[in-house]
This record gives sequence, C-alpha cells and structure tokens, in this order.
Amino acid sequence: MFKYFEPNKIFSITSKAPKYVLFLFIVIFSIGLTEALILSPEDYKQGHSVRIMYVHVPAAWISLGIFSVITFLSTIGYIFKIRNFFLIAKSLAPSGLVFNIIALVTGSIWGKPTWGTWWAWDARITSMLILALFYIMYLIAWRIFEDNDKVFKVTSIITILGIINVPIIKYSVDWWNTLHQPASINILSKSTIHLSMLFPLLTMTAAFALFSLLIFLMKYNTELIKIKNKGLDRL
Amino acid sequence: MYGRKVKLRFFFVLLIFATLALSIFLLIKSLEENVIFFKSPTEIKTLNEISKKKIRIGGMVKKDSITIISKEIKFIVTDFKNEINVIYSGVVPNLFTEEKGVVAEGYLKDKNFFLATKILAKHDENYMPPEVKAALEEK
Repeated sequence: MFKYFEPNKIFSITSKAPKYVLFLFIVIFSIGLTEALILSPEDYKQGHSVRIMYVHVPAAWISLGIFSVITFLSTIGYIFKIRNFFLIAKSLAPSGLVFNIIALVTGSIWGKPTWGTWWAWDARITSMLILALFYIMYLIAWRIFEDNDKVFKVTSIITILGIINVPIIKYSVDWWNTLHQPASINILSKSTIHLSMLFPLLTMTAAFALFSLLIFLMKYNTELIKIKNKGLDRL
Repeated sequence: MYGRKVKLRFFFVLLIFATLALSIFLLIKSLEENVIFFKSPTEIKTLNEISKKKIRIGGMVKKDSITIISKEIKFIVTDFKNEINVIYSGVVPNLFTEEKGVVAEGYLKDKNFFLATKILAKHDENYMPPEVKAALEEK
C-alpha cells in the first residue's frame, strides 16, 4: 500500500505535528526532570549519583530501540522495495546516534565516582561503543552513495550486521563477567529497582522517545521537501 | 502471492543474517577469554599455570576481611566457593565495602595471593532509597 502513498498527505502531517510533539515533550520532560532531580530519593549506596541513571538508561534503551526499528524498516524496505521505509529509517538514525553517545558519556560520568574508572573495556561498554560506530557508518553511507539503489543496499547490509550486536549488548551482562551491573528491570522476573526510582526512569524514557519523534518528524519533513523539489509526487 | 524477486531478496537477507550471526558467534566464542572482564576465584583455582601478565579478578569482598595496615589494604575476594587474598596500596573507590562486588586488576603471585594495582567497585542491580534498605535489614 505504501507503494502508492501520497507524500502530500504525509507532508501535511509532518509539517504540523512537530509543534504538538514539542509541547508534549516539554511537559513530560519537565515532569521527568523534577522527579529525577528533586522528588526521587537518593540511593542507599550510590547516593545522588543514582540520578545520572535517569538519563543513562533511557538514552541506552532509545538508541537500541531506534537501531532495531531502522533494521526492520531497511530489511522490509529492501525485500519489498519500499523506498519510503528507507527515508523513515534515515530520518530516525540521527536521534539514535545522539542517545547512544549520551548513554556512553553519562555512563562514563557515573562510572568515575562509583566504579572508580571512566572507562572499562568490558563486554557491555565495548558493544555499546560498537553500536555507536554502526550508527556513524550508517549515516556516512547515506552521504557517500548518491545513487538510491546503491544506498538502500549498503544501508540494509550495515543494519543487518549491526543488529547482531543488539542482543549481544542486551545479554552481555548475563553471558560474561562484566563490570557493568546486570539489568534491574525484568519483564519475567522481579525488578530490583524501587518503585520510587522506576517512576522517574519511565517518565524520562517517555520524554526521550518524544524527543526522538520530534527530531524524526523534522528530518522526515525535510526528506519529503527534497522529493517535492525534484518534482516527484510519488515516492 | 509475492513475486519471485521478492522471495529471492527475502532469502538473500536471511542468508546474510544467518551467515554473519554464525560467524560472529564463533568469533566471540573463540575469544571468550578476552571478552570476560575478570576471572572469579574458582577460575583462578583451576588455572594450569600462573601467568606473569596483568589480569583482573572479581567477586565479593568477604565479610570482616578488610584489614588496613599503614598504607596497605588487605581483603579476601570470594565467590562463595573459593577465596583469594588481595593486597593493595592506594585509593579505593567510595563503593568499595565488605559484602559488595569488587574487581581487582594486578598480578597473581600464586593461586591464593593477588597483588592489586587497581581496585574497581562493582555495583549490583539493586536500586533503592536508604529507608527501604534499612527496613529490609530489620527483617
């Protein structure tokens, strides 16, 4: 069905939606920051450093999530030749990279007072760095290859390669001895994070997701304008 | 329902994924030694030879095992099966306490004795306010 979709209709949504998303983001982000920095308690062991976690963990989740979505869109887009999926994937990638870097930097800032080191080459941290490299590779590929068919193929292959790293990131803390602690939030077993800390964490995740959506809409809008300027009314 | 090309592309993607996943699995499996960040005392006990290279060991700091003599700090790292004595001089991270995780980097003197050059505190997955911790301990 996407083969026959009209960019004009989508364009009317993507040009109006950002302001509403921005408003929602500001509201949720303010609530999240107030909870994370003021209302939530300090940790029994880490003290106030625990507050870094409210940025670190949501940022890591979002970057992993975006990469998975990009891979899904690229492979489906490649198999069924849906150009629009590639444009959506391309527009999503920058916010994924930004959150990936935020996760690495905040983790480093947290690591110094708690672990006693800025950086460790353990499996979790290294695999997260590799994800950042895949994001960079993906974004550079879009700039290098001008030809549509070529860029679709190359970016699809980059995402397929990169997606193998995603479960490695997730389970690295369970499979091997790592300095990084295992997951606190579990779907199947009991979570080991207190409810008063879980709430700001989830609010911040929602805020970051809205921010990604906002950047995505703006990027995607630009892509649609580019197509319009080329005088094509179909993708 | 779908064209022949679509099916071909589907299998192409599937094959690329399977091949890459398998090769990376084998690669990591063979490099397991380097992927793990630290060895546990039990793994140290089963070592065939003691290498002179810098290694990392990790586990729990045994209860009542920390002793400080002038500038040196001694403690026992345990994984509740085996233990290893660690000696270190320098600054320890704030989170370094008894009955908490630790990673020590340094040199193995023998299977029971480790000379650390760096101490890292390992944080666990538990996050809670101090009051909750106090209430848990009362129980």
